[in-house]
Amino acid sequence: MAEFLQQVLNGVSLGSIYALIALGYTMVYGIIQLINFAHGEILMVGTYIGFFSITVLGLDLFSSLILSMAGAAVLGMLIERIAYKPLRNSTRLAALITAIGMSLFLQNTGLLVLGAEYRSFPQVIPNIQYRFFNGQVVITSRQILIFAVTVVMMVMLQYIVKRTKMGKAMRAVSLDKDAARLMGINVDTTISFTFALGSALAAVAGILLGIYYNTIHPLMGLVPGLKAFVAAVLGGIGVIPGAMAGGFLLGIIEALVSGYWSSMFRDAVAYGILILILLVKPSGLLGKDAGEKV
Amino acid sequence: MKFGKKLSLLLVILLIAGLVVGCTTPSGESGEKKEGTSESGEPAKETGEAAKVEEIKIGVNYELSGDVATFGKQTVNGILLAFEEINAAGGVLDGATIKPIVLDNKSDAAESTSVATKLITQEKVVVHLGAATTGDTLAAVPVATQYKVPLVTTSATNPKVTVDDNGNTREYIFRTCFIDPPQGIVGAKFAYDDLGARKAAILYDTTNDYSKGLAQVFAEEFEKLGGEVVAEEGFVKEDQDFRAVLTNFKNAGADIIYVPAYYEKVGKIISQGRELGIDAPFLGADGWDSPVLVEIAGADALNNTFFTNHYSPQDPSEKVQKFVKAYEEKYGETPSSFAALGYDAAYLIADAIERAGAADPEKIKDALAATKDFDAVTGKLTFDEQHNPVKEIAIIEMVDGKQQLRTKKMPE
Repeated sequence: MAEFLQQVLNGVSLGSIYALIALGYTMVYGIIQLINFAHGEILMVGTYIGFFSITVLGLDLFSSLILSMAGAAVLGMLIERIAYKPLRNSTRLAALITAIGMSLFLQNTGLLVLGAEYRSFPQVIPNIQYRFFNGQVVITSRQILIFAVTVVMMVMLQYIVKRTKMGKAMRAVSLDKDAARLMGINVDTTISFTFALGSALAAVAGILLGIYYNTIHPLMGLVPGLKAFVAAVLGGIGVIPGAMAGGFLLGIIEALVSGYWSSMFRDAVAYGILILILLVKPSGLLGKDAGEKV
Repeated sequence: MKFGKKLSLLLVILLIAGLVVGCTTPSGESGEKKEGTSESGEPAKETGEAAKVEEIKIGVNYELSGDVATFGKQTVNGILLAFEEINAAGGVLDGATIKPIVLDNKSDAAESTSVATKLITQEKVVVHLGAATTGDTLAAVPVATQYKVPLVTTSATNPKVTVDDNGNTREYIFRTCFIDPPQGIVGAKFAYDDLGARKAAILYDTTNDYSKGLAQVFAEEFEKLGGEVVAEEGFVKEDQDFRAVLTNFKNAGADIIYVPAYYEKVGKIISQGRELGIDAPFLGADGWDSPVLVEIAGADALNNTFFTNHYSPQDPSEKVQKFVKAYEEKYGETPSSFAALGYDAAYLIADAIERAGAADPEKIKDALAATKDFDAVTGKLTFDEQHNPVKEIAIIEMVDGKQQLRTKKMPE
């Protein structure tokens, strides 16, 4: 029982990071039906902004989070303007290939500019362990931080989407772009805003990854990016609660697979789930055939 | 139509002309460069034997960036220090200076192949050092064999490096480090005899031959001694999260965890393991040897961890202390075993060139193969049939983020 609990806890920490990244995928998909494969690289850039603001500028965790969110948001909007907007009326395949190209471009630019070595992420919060059940179940302060930050971000996102004017515009654009334009919504601004929001969340996820695993690397966005994509599809791509549920679910499944079976099967199971979902219920667990898609 | 044919004919002629010009220009250039150096090609050979050699080019193919960049950088530091000392002391072969050509293989096997090719075909080196890891070295081995230029690796510990698939020794490949099996055997002996461990868990990198080989040898030896392997798990290069597996190890009651992997993963594994409340010792191999390990895992988490290594800077022998002092003066840090192995390999090559009596790859190869009781920082070195040195293995303990020599053991 204690072992199961520990494995679930391991999974929840990992899953909350997946969920944060998946939110970015899902929002962009919801609004322009594009799978933004460069999302993992936006996360990487965000992490490095956070890293340099802590190590070079000497900022605290909160200020560096804000700075890296802002930086990633600008980068996300730039990528959308330069790479995706000109292709908005071409086939979805063209946009998808551009996204993959953008991802590779950012990875290699990262390797060139930042160097290929692993850097250790500064220990910004004290690492305290809390033990339960005779020390059999351990939660660390980092895991609590990750979970707490994720929940706060999710609540803020839900507030923006459900309660603000911009959120209403996002929902309208995702439903019908042309009709939204007729109603006086500035579609371009709304799409830019969606990219900014998703990218800022990716930056937070990246910094949490840095804190959780101690190291950062220019290719660090690749695997979490793919996993978050699986999580988004699992929960139903284009559906915000789906991305959260998918992220948590995938994290827990991965922890249980490596805990009770073998860690060598973990990735196989994760990508197997992607195939299974696409075959059986392509709209995902929480996906509907119609309705709001932001 | 007619015009089209003429045009295409013209184009073909132009293309052929371009090819011819393209071929001749570079060799013409290198012909000019040849003057004064002893490079291959007929005229150079004659002058090389008649006149005195002034400069001997030695290739250095290392991981200066990428996953294991600290291995490469430290090794190259050791190599350059040794060559500097050798040149300052009058060089080799009656005053010829050694000119190391250092190239970065970016911790990438494909890159290592092309670096080796470039060193041999363009730079015309007579002998070639590198690389730091087994994978990157194996990528350079076919090139060295094909062009018959000896290659000395400093830290590739997998047996396959000097022996081909049919069990024949590769004529042109040598190394200054011990191979994996003795390291795994010494690790198992230390765990069983010195630490009193009876239940071992093993976590290794399945994408890495070095890691896989050590895991296997350790498991065999530990069970032969009477211990039990209670859990064995693999991971892949991209993995970052080991908490699930470590939770398993904890519940399996392992009293030692063997992690034969590189420092970047090891750092994460140990810090995550300690977070989960694992107090058992972690044990590893020479892939741990990097100051970055302490940065990633933290000094506290590393207490009660051990690894087998090539040498210890605390070794009181005069040879070791002289090297440590020279290295600290030049680079301002304590030399790791990679630096020591690089230093040894550089001296070994200079010694082999001296014994060969000429800067000729074929003769250097024979001199290297005949090496006996060569006095190196990492121990007295004699090559066995398979070009592997037989020597003692040091066991290092991490104490408050510092390496300390715990003991030395012979594999047999």
